[in-house]
Amino acid sequence: MARTLPDRLKDAALAAFVALLLAVPFIGLTTINTDVGLRVATRWDWVLWAVAIVFAGRILFGFAADAVSTRRRRTEARGPLVSEAAGRTLGKAFAAAAIAFAVTLPFLPFSDRYVLDLGMTVLIYILLATGLNVTVGLAGLLDLGFVAFYAIGAYTFALLAKFFGFGFWIALPMAGLVAALFGVLLSLPILRLRGDYLAIVTLGFGEITRIVILNWQSLTGGPNGVGGIPRPTLFGLSFDRRPQEGQQSFHEVTGIAFSSEHRMMFLYFIVLLLVLVCAWAVWKLRRLPIGRAWEALREDEIACRSLGINPVLVKVSAYATGGLMGGLAGCFFAARQGFVSPESFTFIESAIILAIVVLGGMGSQIGVVVAAAFIVLLPEFAREFADYRMLLFGAAMILVMVWRPGGLISSREPTLTLAGGKQPAESVVRGVGS
Amino acid sequence: MTAPMLELKGVRTNYGPIEALRGVDVTVAPGEIVTLIGANGAGKSTLLMTICGNPRPASGSITFEGRDIVSLPPHETAKLGIAQVPEGRRIFPRMTVFENLQLGATLSDPAHFETDVAYCFDLFPILKQRRDQRAGTLSGGEQQMLAISRALMSRPRLLLLDEPSLGLAPLIIRRIFDVIAELNRSRGMTILLVEQNAYHALKLAHRAYVLAQGQVVMQGGGRELLANPEVRAAYLEGGSH
Repeated sequence: MARTLPDRLKDAALAAFVALLLAVPFIGLTTINTDVGLRVATRWDWVLWAVAIVFAGRILFGFAADAVSTRRRRTEARGPLVSEAAGRTLGKAFAAAAIAFAVTLPFLPFSDRYVLDLGMTVLIYILLATGLNVTVGLAGLLDLGFVAFYAIGAYTFALLAKFFGFGFWIALPMAGLVAALFGVLLSLPILRLRGDYLAIVTLGFGEITRIVILNWQSLTGGPNGVGGIPRPTLFGLSFDRRPQEGQQSFHEVTGIAFSSEHRMMFLYFIVLLLVLVCAWAVWKLRRLPIGRAWEALREDEIACRSLGINPVLVKVSAYATGGLMGGLAGCFFAARQGFVSPESFTFIESAIILAIVVLGGMGSQIGVVVAAAFIVLLPEFAREFADYRMLLFGAAMILVMVWRPGGLISSREPTLTLAGGKQPAESVVRGVGS
Repeated sequence: MTAPMLELKGVRTNYGPIEALRGVDVTVAPGEIVTLIGANGAGKSTLLMTICGNPRPASGSITFEGRDIVSLPPHETAKLGIAQVPEGRRIFPRMTVFENLQLGATLSDPAHFETDVAYCFDLFPILKQRRDQRAGTLSGGEQQMLAISRALMSRPRLLLLDEPSLGLAPLIIRRIFDVIAELNRSRGMTILLVEQNAYHALKLAHRAYVLAQGQVVMQGGGRELLANPEVRAAYLEGGSH
């Protein structure tokens, strides 16, 4: 695809012309404050610079794109990165290392409130993405309104605490169940939908949930939210310096000197425990008939039915399981913040959770962990870039998807192998999504 | 003739205003291979899908082993012992061969899973070599073998095959049809086969129907139809065999 120089010049001239059209109003004209009011000034030299930069940039971009595509062709011919068996060993090692790191994080020397807080945010997103991964990654059912389950879980706890004085540990399973119930409700009208239509309905579900919360003032407090959500306790021990009447506190009973960081650590371990339990549950479910049915449904619904799998049950259970985990995450979120308001549950949250699932590689639990860390931490590390950090973030996401179209971990781990079964040599990991 | 295993009477199926089946009568007796041949759009696949329960017929009756199955959805008919090898194979591409077989056994007793897998590997030894490979990486012929094996994993009493020769090389087609004949001979499997490849399909059929524009226009023994000049003119001359 080598292009001739005149071609490149023509292409660059066209780009420069478009740049000129855009630059005249956007760059060429500016308003300045003068004593007699606002006046329009022109900056034609800036326009010229912009056009020149676009012209040169377009030519360079063309060369760079060609270089990348020839290199890609060469790498493709070279074959896969790692064999599937090696990939699986790597995956296990990574999982073990990640769990070990997560468990020890609060005790590491560099750990402070900021690190723990960030760690909790990453873990919440891992929990959310683990749930969405069941619906989208395993069962192949798109859900653009996953934030609804997060909101329902959070508000279930907030309202149970406000009206009935429930604590975190009783509210947690209830939040999960209520969210799962809403998962069932959502799945019923969309049983026959797929593709774009499914996207629209689930998107609507997310928005409806937020808007109902926003407007049901008498119950949810509307835009003011619900505050005063109780902190979780450890078997009845609170982590406050001065516990409420009739309560004992952690530092009094254990004799460890009071530190407000202990509460952070405690919260951190709660969400870590939730993540580990949910990840384990998904791992287990994948090996049960229901989990296999989810994946089979993603692969081919018609074949599923002819094998005696009831697609209604499979879809309902996938949305319910995903919703359950979303609800647990929401309940923890409410406990951590002590306050919930509809602002926390906008569409951007759904988009981020979905991005984590897609970026990690549909259906991959390790992929979810890596992608959640990537998506939460990247904007943090890019803080120095201030206003440009979201731009950087977007560019990084595009690069990852160009580099690995199937997500970071695109191979799927089989759920069934014979004991000690060895893998045939020809089965290999490919970075190509399917 | 013994009581039919599968009996269709006056089955009409519509897709909106289009009449795909216009009163079809078909019977399949236990232990028989029955073939349906017909041109594109004759309604062959619609007939198989109607038996499975999607789409549902507008009128007419379908009975399987004396039981009315018209109102049953596909996953319910599968439970009665009707397995379908759908058109275009429809294996689960991201899952391994072994996992595909396991899903085929969804309805059957886990106790005879091993035996059934061994039986399938016996039938198609290549699948054993490919056991842990992703099904999507198999060749077309291997995928068809997998689709048939997957259907057999439920130990069906009636096997519905929708164009198993579609897009396959002649040698592979012969292998597939040999296995179909073998299943019928050694296991007494009852088979309803829909094919465009009339020569092979008629050769191994005990009885056959010719479908045209949603109606049965001819029926008889497989060899008998193979020799019929009209059938030869319409479906065999210049065809692939």
